[in-house]
Amino acid sequence: MENFMKPAPISKKFFTPGVIILTGFAVIGLIIVLIRLLFGLGAVTNLSNQYPWGIWIGIDVAAGVALAAGGFTTAALGHIMHKEEYHVVVRPALLTAMLGYTFVALSVALDLGRYYYIWHPLIMWNGNSVLFEVGMCVMIYLFVLYIEFLPIVTERFIGRVNLPGFLKVFNNPVDKFLRLLDRTLNKVMFIFIIAGVVLSCLHQSSLGTLMVIAGPKMHPLWQTPILPLLFLLSAISVGFPMVIFESLITSKSFGLKPELKVLSNLGSMVAPMLGIYLSFKIGDMVIRKTFVYLNEINIESILFAIEVVVGIIIPLRIFLSPKLIKSPVGLFIGSALVIFGVLLNRVNNFIVAYNPPYKFTPYFPSIGEIGVTLGFIALEVLLFRAFVMIFPIVSVPQYITPQTKFSVRGA
Amino acid sequence: MVNESRRKFLKLTALIGASITGLSPRKLKAAPKNILDKNRMGVLVDTTACIGCRKCEWACKVAHNLPTLPLESYDDRSVFRNMRRPDDKALTVVNEYPAKRQEEFPINVKIQCMHCDHPACVSACIVGAFSKEEIGAVVWDTKKCIGCRYCMVACPFQIPAFEFNKAIQPEIRKCDFCFQRTKEGKLPACVEICPMEALTYGKREELVKIAHEKIKLYPERYINHVYGEYEVGGTSWMYLANRDFVELQFPKLGKNPAPGVTEAIQHGIFAYFVPPVALYALLGVVMWINKNRKKTVEAE
Ligand code: SF4
Ligand code: SF4
Ligand code: SF4
Repeated sequence: MENFMKPAPISKKFFTPGVIILTGFAVIGLIIVLIRLLFGLGAVTNLSNQYPWGIWIGIDVAAGVALAAGGFTTAALGHIMHKEEYHVVVRPALLTAMLGYTFVALSVALDLGRYYYIWHPLIMWNGNSVLFEVGMCVMIYLFVLYIEFLPIVTERFIGRVNLPGFLKVFNNPVDKFLRLLDRTLNKVMFIFIIAGVVLSCLHQSSLGTLMVIAGPKMHPLWQTPILPLLFLLSAISVGFPMVIFESLITSKSFGLKPELKVLSNLGSMVAPMLGIYLSFKIGDMVIRKTFVYLNEINIESILFAIEVVVGIIIPLRIFLSPKLIKSPVGLFIGSALVIFGVLLNRVNNFIVAYNPPYKFTPYFPSIGEIGVTLGFIALEVLLFRAFVMIFPIVSVPQYITPQTKFSVRGA
Repeated sequence: MVNESRRKFLKLTALIGASITGLSPRKLKAAPKNILDKNRMGVLVDTTACIGCRKCEWACKVAHNLPTLPLESYDDRSVFRNMRRPDDKALTVVNEYPAKRQEEFPINVKIQCMHCDHPACVSACIVGAFSKEEIGAVVWDTKKCIGCRYCMVACPFQIPAFEFNKAIQPEIRKCDFCFQRTKEGKLPACVEICPMEALTYGKREELVKIAHEKIKLYPERYINHVYGEYEVGGTSWMYLANRDFVELQFPKLGKNPAPGVTEAIQHGIFAYFVPPVALYALLGVVMWINKNRKKTVEAE
């Protein structure tokens, strides 16, 4: 039976019990956002003059950027290395990255005391500021991601433009425009693809440089001048696991067969990357002799140990096993652990390691902060679901040999 | 044909490279003004002379139009029971540390922005809202600030405070070295009101000399350490004390300017945009090779 995979919108019911629960979270999150906008950051967060940044920066922004790394790693693999067999995962990864970065931008805006000045960095430059560089790169990359997504939109609507009512007269011009857009994009897309990879490398690493300036305020287990390198390496290692994880969940929730062969191949590339990341992390620890801090049992040393053992070493072992990466369960657990490890690493770097002088009350996220973070994640999942139902993103088998040997009718 | 498409490809690659890097390095470098004037001013705080009258707290609020209780209420010494920090409602506060021996006095320490010579806040601010002025003051510009609070993450002394409870135009608040007053030749409000001359305003260079002379003249009164002379590359406000500064809750800091490492990394990655452009070109070549290899394989 000849079949090949082609992206197509998935037709399924949008609302399921899970979706309704997620909608609930999203609504709660949005209500808290409204309160923040009306009464200020202090009304919903536990931030203070000692702890100016909380989980909105640590999780929503820093971890959000890292976990959207599937976008540039698959783009590099699929387009720059030109490995066509991976094209089935490029679109879902692109969608994740696009939604992910959109929410990163929203979270930043929400966290800014003066969100309505978010455009200031465009015209007020400070080349010494790491945050300036991160901000600019993320802004341009978000734009690049939208451009990269456009062909999917044109593909969806070319030949299918059907405007309601009197707008019908525009059907033809819009269709023509879409075709022109599609052709132009086709020619120049490589520019954006390469730019996307470069921009990603830049800001993924610079996110690590962000906390370097906090100097002695940061726990020595994490504070190192090679933080940018560690951030880049961990972002690269979490890229494919994120794609695998998502692909498995998507197939499960839409009742499709997982693309096991492609995912296993992706999985086989995870181990070397994790290995490099681990060796730099351990090497840095040995060179700076920070392992002495592991002798003390405290929240920092425990979380550091979990980050390295559960988040790097165990999944590394899983991805090294040829048997485990061929099974969906092995792939799923391995990927989930890598994702957990990188998420914990970002939380550790931005929140746990940050240890300001003169703390009155140690920081712990408020209900409001957690509510917004959960709400945004829920919204992202919902949008992902909506997008794969509207646009051709997930590859589904297209049976081009209609004649079946055995008729199942009535069986 | 192949050559033609290749030339086009490379041209486009170069074009986009140039447009990403449209930000010229020259402009970027010029952004924060960080001129260290030789005649910049400073304050020497003698914690052994301070009596904790907290008049400076009052004067500072009045000079900055911040709401304050009447001056008499500042006689209340019960506030010393808790350690306090400057915040959005008080740009400077005085803390008290109990005497070690019966015959000694308790020690009072006035805290405010140190006005670093190489300020982390100036380096960190995403929009360059902070600047180190020639006179020595590190000041903040409300017209630029976007409220990201990175300056608070960066400051080694944990000084900038934020108005968390304001929804619109919350401000970063910190001591501005009375920039408006000193510009007109007046003394900073806190220095002017201090009855014990615990605060000495003058050229930083001379203050360092005075501090060391004092230590030489009264070795039993001071420890041999001028806090701020070298800390994080030197600060405009400096302190004398009779016991280790760590006991007075001063952060223990090295001599290197706080933004040093970050700026080195940053300017390394962005050395005239060579690394990003090189990466762009490299990826372009790899992509082109892979695409062509594919084509030749198909052609065969
Ligand atoms: S003490 Fe902090 S706020 Fe003041 S100049 Fe130094 S870095 Fe900036
Ligand atoms: S809060 Fe304002 S002053 Fe502080 S770093 Fe952000 S933009 Fe600059
Ligand atoms: S110099 Fe001015 S702003 Fe700073 S503490 Fe003294 S009175 Fe307040």
